Amino acid sequence: MDSVLDVLSWICLSGGAIFLLVGAIGVLRFPDFYTRLHAVSVCDTMGAGLVLVGLMLQGGLSLVTVKLLLMFYFMIFTGPTAVHALAQAALQGKLEPVVDDREP
Amino acid sequence: MEHLIDIVLLGLLMITGFAIARMRSLLAVAMLTSIYSLLSASLFVVLDAVDVALTEAAIGAGISTILILATVALTTDEEKAPRHTPLLPLVVVIATGSALIYGTLDMPHYGDPAAPVHMHVAPAYLHDTPTEIGVPNVVTSVLASYRGYDTLGEVTVILTAGAGVLALLGYTTRRRNIQGPGIRRLVVLRVIAKLFFPLILLFALYVLFHGDYGPGGGFQAGVIFATGFILYALAFGLGNAQRVIPYQLLRIMAAVGVLIYAAVGIESMLLGGKFLEYRVLADDPVTGQHLGIMLIELGIGITVASVVLIIYYGFVSRRR
Repeated sequence: MDSVLDVLSWICLSGGAIFLLVGAIGVLRFPDFYTRLHAVSVCDTMGAGLVLVGLMLQGGLSLVTVKLLLMFYFMIFTGPTAVHALAQAALQGKLEPVVDDREP
Repeated sequence: MEHLIDIVLLGLLMITGFAIARMRSLLAVAMLTSIYSLLSASLFVVLDAVDVALTEAAIGAGISTILILATVALTTDEEKAPRHTPLLPLVVVIATGSALIYGTLDMPHYGDPAAPVHMHVAPAYLHDTPTEIGVPNVVTSVLASYRGYDTLGEVTVILTAGAGVLALLGYTTRRRNIQGPGIRRLVVLRVIAKLFFPLILLFALYVLFHGDYGPGGGFQAGVIFATGFILYALAFGLGNAQRVIPYQLLRIMAAVGVLIYAAVGIESMLLGGKFLEYRVLADDPVTGQHLGIMLIELGIGITVASVVLIIYYGFVSRRR
């Protein structure tokens, strides 16, 4: 049982790490503000979320898990909200997205 | 392993420092200073100083960033090009830096039990806290009980700082809601702010009254409390926030906090003890200590929250 939990938690942790890495590469490589925001939100939700789930599996049934659950709850709400607010602010600031209008 | 974390964190701190020095956009600098504070907070956690880490995260990364952004909004978001060559400042910085590094050579190793700082009063605090104060968090017992005079001084300094900012900035009451032109469209932000506002206040109260047992206390709780109201003011406009917690009330509450602290001291004098000697407050000395610490933490929290909000109101209500 313990080893199953361990394997699951490590899958979650490494999955989270991969999402964080992908998000970081996206921030560097994407062409404009809006696409970069898209990459950042991956870090916030999937990356941090999966890491927290992995840590919860490590913690087992304890106070630590409850605290991690609360953190998960906060992350899942605040991350997308912050990205949404940023995108709205950029739209109102008349920041044009980069559009590829070449013929396919 | 822990060394690796230290090195990564310190490296990131250094990179952030260089980035701050090279940036010309003040908005970016505000964000970078926030990152710097968050990194230092992580470093404090590694050093097991969770109380300091909580303070740094709340004040350095939270409140100061908001205040710097408010200042940038009032002034300009572009740093002027320096008029002089950076040669002299560079020499000064290098000289100071090398003097500081030279100074660390004589310092005792981190965690050395024979270090002078661990030989003086610290062993007595660590040894006597469980029997005399009865709280698990030694930081709180030192801050609130053994060093109660110092903390009273600190709270008074915060009150004075608030009064100073007030005297410099002034405050103009304005009827209309001060908010950006399109903030009404940010429905998501408003819903989430409404959802989190009570949770932030609840967490502040937890940090305040749980400070004897876990990390936290009046300073951190006051800042978190103020952050809740700042979030409210950001999402719903300053006018609505002032309807919830008016400016005139804040001015009184800032002084009330310090008065609560001092009153606890005078009360213990009236009961036959010394100034801020909490153990006379109740029949049982340990219960008295608990009561005293709780009350002065409450006083600290009230003053800190009020002063932070006064400064925030002062910045935001000001015309450009």
